[in-house]
Amino acid sequence: MSVTWLLLVILVLAAIGYVMGRRRAFADADGDVRKLHSLPFYYGANVALTSVIPALMLMFVWLIVQPMIIERSLVPQIPDATIEKAGALNLVMSDVNRIAHGLDEAVSQGTMTRDFARTLQTGETDVRARLAEVGVPLASDVDPEVLEVAQSFRAMNRTGSIAMTLAVLALAVGGFAYAYMKTNREFRARKYVEAVIKALLIMAAGIAILTTLGIVLSMLFETRHFFAQYPWYRFFFGTTWAPNFRGDSDLGIIPLLWGTAYVSVIALLVAVPIGLFAAIYLSEYAGPRVRSVAKPLIEILAGIPTIVYGLFALITVGPLLRDYFAQPLGLGDSANSVATAGIVMGIMLIPFVSSLSDDIINAVPQSLRDGSLGLGATKSETIRQVVFPAALPGIIGAILLAASRAIGETMIVVLGAGAAARMDLNPFEAMTTVTVKIVSQLTGDTDFASPETLVAFALGLTLFVITLGLNVIALVIVRKYREQYE
Amino acid sequence: MNEMTMIDRDVTTGTLKISARKAQVYYGETHAIKDVDIDIEDKMVTAFIGPSGCGKSTFLRCLNRMNDTIDICRVEGQIQLDGQDIYDPKVDPVQLRARVGMVFQKPNPFPKSIFDNVAYGPRIHGLARNRADLDEIVEKSLRRAALWDEVKDRLQAPGTGLSGGQQQRLCIARAVATAPEVLLMDEPCSALDPIATAQVEELIDELRSNFSVVIVTHSMQQAARVSQRTAFFHLGNLVEFGETGDIFTNPSDPRTESYITGRIG
Amino acid sequence: MSDSTHDLPPGSGLPIAPRGDRPLLTELDPRTKKRYAAERRFKALGLTAVCIGVLCLVVLVSSVLRQGLPAFTQTFIDVPVYLDPATLDPDGNRDPEQMKSVLTFGYQPLIAAGLERALDDRGLGEQVTADEVAGLISRGAAAQMRDYVLANPEKLGETIDFNFVANGRVDGYLKGRVTMESAALDSQISPEQLQLVDKLRDAGLIEKKFNWAFITGPDASGNRPEAAGMGVAIIGSAYMMLVVLVLALPIGVAASIYLEEFAPQNRFTDIIEVNISNLAAVPSIVFGILGLAIFINWAGLPQSAPIVGGLVLTLMTLPTIIISTRASLKSVPPSIRDGALGLGASKMQAVFHHVLPLAAPGILTGTIIGLAQALGETAPLMLIGMVAFVRDFPDAPPAGLFEPASALPVQVYNWTQRSDPAFVERASGAIIVLLIFLVLMNTVAIILRRRFERRW
Repeated sequence: MSVTWLLLVILVLAAIGYVMGRRRAFADADGDVRKLHSLPFYYGANVALTSVIPALMLMFVWLIVQPMIIERSLVPQIPDATIEKAGALNLVMSDVNRIAHGLDEAVSQGTMTRDFARTLQTGETDVRARLAEVGVPLASDVDPEVLEVAQSFRAMNRTGSIAMTLAVLALAVGGFAYAYMKTNREFRARKYVEAVIKALLIMAAGIAILTTLGIVLSMLFETRHFFAQYPWYRFFFGTTWAPNFRGDSDLGIIPLLWGTAYVSVIALLVAVPIGLFAAIYLSEYAGPRVRSVAKPLIEILAGIPTIVYGLFALITVGPLLRDYFAQPLGLGDSANSVATAGIVMGIMLIPFVSSLSDDIINAVPQSLRDGSLGLGATKSETIRQVVFPAALPGIIGAILLAASRAIGETMIVVLGAGAAARMDLNPFEAMTTVTVKIVSQLTGDTDFASPETLVAFALGLTLFVITLGLNVIALVIVRKYREQYE
Repeated sequence: MNEMTMIDRDVTTGTLKISARKAQVYYGETHAIKDVDIDIEDKMVTAFIGPSGCGKSTFLRCLNRMNDTIDICRVEGQIQLDGQDIYDPKVDPVQLRARVGMVFQKPNPFPKSIFDNVAYGPRIHGLARNRADLDEIVEKSLRRAALWDEVKDRLQAPGTGLSGGQQQRLCIARAVATAPEVLLMDEPCSALDPIATAQVEELIDELRSNFSVVIVTHSMQQAARVSQRTAFFHLGNLVEFGETGDIFTNPSDPRTESYITGRIG
Repeated sequence: MSDSTHDLPPGSGLPIAPRGDRPLLTELDPRTKKRYAAERRFKALGLTAVCIGVLCLVVLVSSVLRQGLPAFTQTFIDVPVYLDPATLDPDGNRDPEQMKSVLTFGYQPLIAAGLERALDDRGLGEQVTADEVAGLISRGAAAQMRDYVLANPEKLGETIDFNFVANGRVDGYLKGRVTMESAALDSQISPEQLQLVDKLRDAGLIEKKFNWAFITGPDASGNRPEAAGMGVAIIGSAYMMLVVLVLALPIGVAASIYLEEFAPQNRFTDIIEVNISNLAAVPSIVFGILGLAIFINWAGLPQSAPIVGGLVLTLMTLPTIIISTRASLKSVPPSIRDGALGLGASKMQAVFHHVLPLAAPGILTGTIIGLAQALGETAPLMLIGMVAFVRDFPDAPPAGLFEPASALPVQVYNWTQRSDPAFVERASGAIIVLLIFLVLMNTVAIILRRRFERRW
């Protein structure tokens, strides 16, 4: 039985459980709602939930664990020679998967019978051609050993899914029966149902922790693999980045960090003054009408997807900078450059800086402004000498948040900065960043055993740690700042 | 306006500093101050008293145009400083405020050092020719505000680190350092404990020798202690204005009497 | 009155610096003038910053519009083609199964012949070769014609008027992107061909029409920009939004209800809160790495599938939804909860019967804004294989969720990576569509907020 069908059966069972639980409670109370401890709804819901939730949880765990167990028990069956021939164990496993999938496909389309698929041999049948017929092309002819493994893979899968169906159904029916038997008018159904709902709420909230764990663990795990093949000091202190898919690559992070830092600094040089002055003007000078027009307009910039900025860098800003600045100044003729990516990223960050600074400037108490104006200071003197110093910690926090955004930004640098890893001071030169290299190492044909791919996880972890650090520092500063004026 | 106050004013001998005629203040549609006529003398402490919401603080803020920062606030009538209409469109509020300083209800030291707080006014107005001048102004202002002995060893410490009473005296020192002619004080002691209040009151009395001081206060005792002239505001009207002693012992208006004896307010 | 100086008693220890005569209030002294000049400069700086911000928006939007609007029209060429039975059905029995043996190569000469004849009828184009004439029409034309013939075998032997998509260069010429000078350097088109295009236009055989295929059609290979569409990408994005909506809304609301209404003040709650605020600031590409490592490598879900994209975007969107949901739950005054609790409702009933309905508009607004963010997200989708070239439309959900698809922003990226400049126009056009979706979603969010905004 397929997973979808199993799900449907369980859901139908739950619906029946709801109706029957309700009915039983009613019957026990002689049809008088007032005699029940809880509303009838809760009796029905109790039966439904008790039959569904344990069963679904079992199914979920089973679906995750079964492939792991099967794979582990298949590995000993694969002869070493086959692994050597394919190059790596996971390549063999993906062949096995593909063949098994092809056989399934063939059986479901009716070009093979179940028995035929189970017993076929490479010597008698051209497996590759038969599978291509049903839309599963294979890269090479099928090894008899691999075919055998694929067949036992199918057999185990089949046994596993039958076992799962039985176990899950048994649990669902058991839960149903248990809850149904317990239903009587004294039963505190509401308490049970509410406890279950609360547990579900807690699980939903816990997803945030799971996500963080998932991010950290998955990257740590693969990064460990990477450092097993590539020395960590060459990664952290290497000054050349030259991946080579035939091996012997130089994977030093320094040039990438340099590019990232350079682009981010240019972005902040654009975004911070413009964003800050815009925030000051809008919160201190502009009349309500100007504010109600200009503020949303600037904030639209924040809602534009980064791919749009990327395209803007690629087709508008890049050529413009090249034709009017880089070439006349003799500083290079690349449209992709640190300046291109930095300026466009700066534009993207303007609303980010301005709305954060706006909040922070508004948090400065009016009494300070009054104090300064009451001494005969002009508005700008008040802003520069009183409001700004008072808001400074908060503004620094905002700038750090903007910096973390800039460091983690991907599409603008992918399309605007270029792909060449170099350390140069010329802003019109193409350079590259950590995020660009994560993308380039992980897209296309990837082999999860080679350091050239795994390095992306080490890069990702570095990026995660840097941005996390900046965010935490920024949040602490901003929180302290807000407490000061509360 | 009642006869008594007019006569009172006529017998005074000091020079007039601020005089208002038919002053009106509107907040949007609300008529907050109605027909106020008042003369404030130099080298005197004038107290504005009255129940909450009577408009005394609003009127005080009109005297150095602090109400300009509120968009919906509108002032009509005439208010003169040394005979010059301060609501003349050609008048520069910044210059006006340099001459009419203000101290607020809640101590509001800037997030700077004690020294920089006091030096703020002299610096923006260019009152010091050099560092030595500035040091002198700061020291004298802090002495004036009776704060010097408490802070002379930590002038570079942040002003926000002082106690409430010290902060308010710092704000007074800050206002004094700008060398104003009139000092407006909006309930300067309402956020302070009794000891700090006593210190500030003593200070106000001393300041009288050099400035014209206008103080808004909730406390009739305070008005009686520190002021020479008292104005009683009620529902936006100036009900009575005269010698402090007269107002408290022999009020001419029944409303003033009710307020003083605690029946309204 | 004119004497505005103080009479300072000598040696009084006044804190007042010597200051000379004070000027009249109506006259600015030089120092004040200078200060006002500084004030004006400062204000001008602020205004400039605001203007730069608005200008950036205008330049960005107009650049995209200028580049992208032409993508919505496409050049078509009318060609009457004689469906020669001798070539197309050599066996002569009109059986589509057998006619399939004639590949598109067999159709190409017929189109060329048809176009040549049409030109000859009008006395044009004697001097160009058949190859050059055929080069004016999209390479997909033969396939289009073959599909038609296989569907209507009875039409063999007739002359049918086909409306073929013109080659990308011809399209570019009519839109001003390709010029005679650039054609001279181009191996794919020659100035002579462009002159022919001029004649065709004069003859009324060539026209620009609204390009529905661009919106509904699938992507095409790098040498046929004129046929590339974003249908698959729109479907893929829609599927992902479906997944995000179905997962992120209930989970986000459940998590917010727990944190806002039930969570005790303890370590566990603190950890969750810190996690949520940090996840909101984690770079999106990190979520892509997570998706690749967990959903594809570990859980074995297929690459390029909307389900994986949807899951990744769900995790990314959750913090946004949780933050806005909590804000709207918080804005429901405690008196409502107290009222329900006072009537003997359980805490759970108070929340689900009274608080949640009141917070619903705010939750919906936050969800739409979260979806809009997710719709424009590109980087994480690239890592989970969405950059692959996908031509086939996925099935309807749920099966379609597991089939390869593209996504709008990734499609834009893909097009920017192709060498033919015609794809820049396509990419900008796709961005216009993306922006229209975003504007619609945000408008709905604003309307919801305006209509249901309640002040307590």
